Amino acid sequence: MSAETWIIVGATSGMAIPFTRLLAGRGAALVLAGRRMEDLSAMATDLTERGAVSATPVMFDARDPGTFDAILAAAKAAEGTLNAAVFVGSMPEQSAIDADPALVDGTIADSLTGPARLLTLLAPQFEDRGTGTIIGIGSVAGDRGRIGNYVYGAAKAGFATYLSGLRNRLGRSGVHVLTVKPGPVRTPMTQGMKMPFMAEADATAEDILKAADRKKNVLYTKRIWWPIMSVIRAIPEPIFKKMSV
Amino acid sequence: MDGAIETYSGWGRAHFATGPVAHPRTVREVDPGKPAFGNRRSYGDAPLNHGRAATDMTALDRIVAFDPVSGLLTVEAGATLGDLLRIYAPRGWKPAVVPGTGFATVGGAIGMDVHGKNYRDGAFGDHVTAITLLTPAGEREITPNSGAIWKATVGGLGQTGVITRATLQLAPCPGTAMLVTERRARDWKEHLEMLGSDAPYIVGWIDATATGAALGRGIVEEGQIVRGITPKAKAARTIPIDAPHMALNPAVVQAFNAAYYARVPKAGRSSVRTLETFFFPLDKIHDWNRLYGKRGFHQFQCVVPLDQADVLKQMLEKIAAAGVASPLAVLKRLGPGNGNFMSFPMEGWTLAVDMPNRPQVKPLARELERMTFEAGGRIYLAKDALAKGSSIRAMYPHHADWLDEVTKADPDGLYATDMVRRLELRS
Repeated sequence: MSAETWIIVGATSGMAIPFTRLLAGRGAALVLAGRRMEDLSAMATDLTERGAVSATPVMFDARDPGTFDAILAAAKAAEGTLNAAVFVGSMPEQSAIDADPALVDGTIADSLTGPARLLTLLAPQFEDRGTGTIIGIGSVAGDRGRIGNYVYGAAKAGFATYLSGLRNRLGRSGVHVLTVKPGPVRTPMTQGMKMPFMAEADATAEDILKAADRKKNVLYTKRIWWPIMSVIRAIPEPIFKKMSV
Repeated sequence: MDGAIETYSGWGRAHFATGPVAHPRTVREVDPGKPAFGNRRSYGDAPLNHGRAATDMTALDRIVAFDPVSGLLTVEAGATLGDLLRIYAPRGWKPAVVPGTGFATVGGAIGMDVHGKNYRDGAFGDHVTAITLLTPAGEREITPNSGAIWKATVGGLGQTGVITRATLQLAPCPGTAMLVTERRARDWKEHLEMLGSDAPYIVGWIDATATGAALGRGIVEEGQIVRGITPKAKAARTIPIDAPHMALNPAVVQAFNAAYYARVPKAGRSSVRTLETFFFPLDKIHDWNRLYGKRGFHQFQCVVPLDQADVLKQMLEKIAAAGVASPLAVLKRLGPGNGNFMSFPMEGWTLAVDMPNRPQVKPLARELERMTFEAGGRIYLAKDALAKGSSIRAMYPHHADWLDEVTKADPDGLYATDMVRRLELRS
């Protein structure tokens, strides 16, 4: 039996992979939720070799609430402290969204409504257990709507607000909620993009786990993004609307 | 998926390439039509493909299967040897042969047939039992019984196809600590004698700035894996910027080397280290290659037959006289070769010396190359960026066999790299 079980939603994402390896290294039980079952089972073998007590692939599609039941069942069966980390999200180019506005729905389903609905379904289980941590991945892009990716930013802003409310609710029963706001991280999602203060996925994963262990509420990673975003948030709208940051 | 244009280099940072680099996460995403590289711990141009496309295999690093009874481990090619050592040593197993950096990938270790500090155990390739090669014709598993294609693949610079996974026979690992004994070697003769010890792991650090009677002085480290408690690993540090050219000037290096030598008491000393600190001493200093500044550096490494040790001594004289030696110079024994066509290890002494990328290094490297060839030795392609194709082809007696097999496996030259073109290995 393991002391902790982690449900990893969006387990094959570039940020989730190193995070699950850290958890495996400390002997956690893992539930790996995602769309590509073949990749998830390869990942499960790898994580078991790396020390996970168990690693169970579960089919999950943020856009198909019919798939959420499997996660709820896995949560119910979890041994030790139940925890969840939600890494799902998608970031189409803003120009692609401008050309095909139907992409707005998918972006918001992947980054906001899908994960929010799942966490709302999971919340009572956490309340019953009265312990555990939920990690949600927002983004610095959610702190201000920028010309470059404001649909993705809007979805992440919504998710951050949702997490803030969820923290308010679950904190009353001893469950912790951590909002992570990463800057750009070198993952397949950001492949080939040139961005400032690019972080490595390994370092980001370490930051996230450390913040979860310390019960931090909001984590900017890298840290430099906290002062940067504080300044960007403080710029008055009449000026900001003329800027391209 | 072609990947965005990137500029990248080998570990020495003296040569760069610019071209599209793909970063597949699954074997399905690997384009079989271009050369692959791992963590680019080769120093020169072996992992480079300037103006053309390449595949970064490092995200393909999953463990596929492990049998705790036999110690057979199947992994994807991007798995690093450091990771495998960390994961399996506590379970009683380790990669049988590891090079001086744990960032080396399994695919890279096969392509270079790397060696370690345990020369009696042979090269990395001697402990590989199966390799999966991906070419436009599909996936194919080869084993040591596959004949020429195996011999052309192990140590074969990735020219027979993209290595996507491999099965390794791990070696029993009796503990997670290394009992290390360091002794001063006062001169060349003593150094060679001490390297002949029967310790399972042995390596000599040489003060490449020493001249005259002190030439060849250094520290010999013997290691033996034991059960024990090791100090907690120190956090990794990163060299954030390129060091100024001054950092490794001859006076600094000389002072550093003298201090490094004097650090070990005359009578020697023993201590217990983690396996990683012993096997991968510099891995905790991330990007230490930046210490050599913007211009980068070269490493010269050759092996010469046992009875030609004096040639290495003459090389050290030339290096010291040129004033380009860095703190990093290593002397080791190598065991008998394994017959793979382009594999570096052969019975003899191997010397590796770092040299900053300076104008006077090129003629010096030419001279060392000539001396290596005349001594019946060879240059290690994982380190090389300066040698001439004609001498390399002459140093590797099975080059023609390798070329035959590579031409069969890759008739269109899809996997040619900057090194292959520079050394005209395939023309």
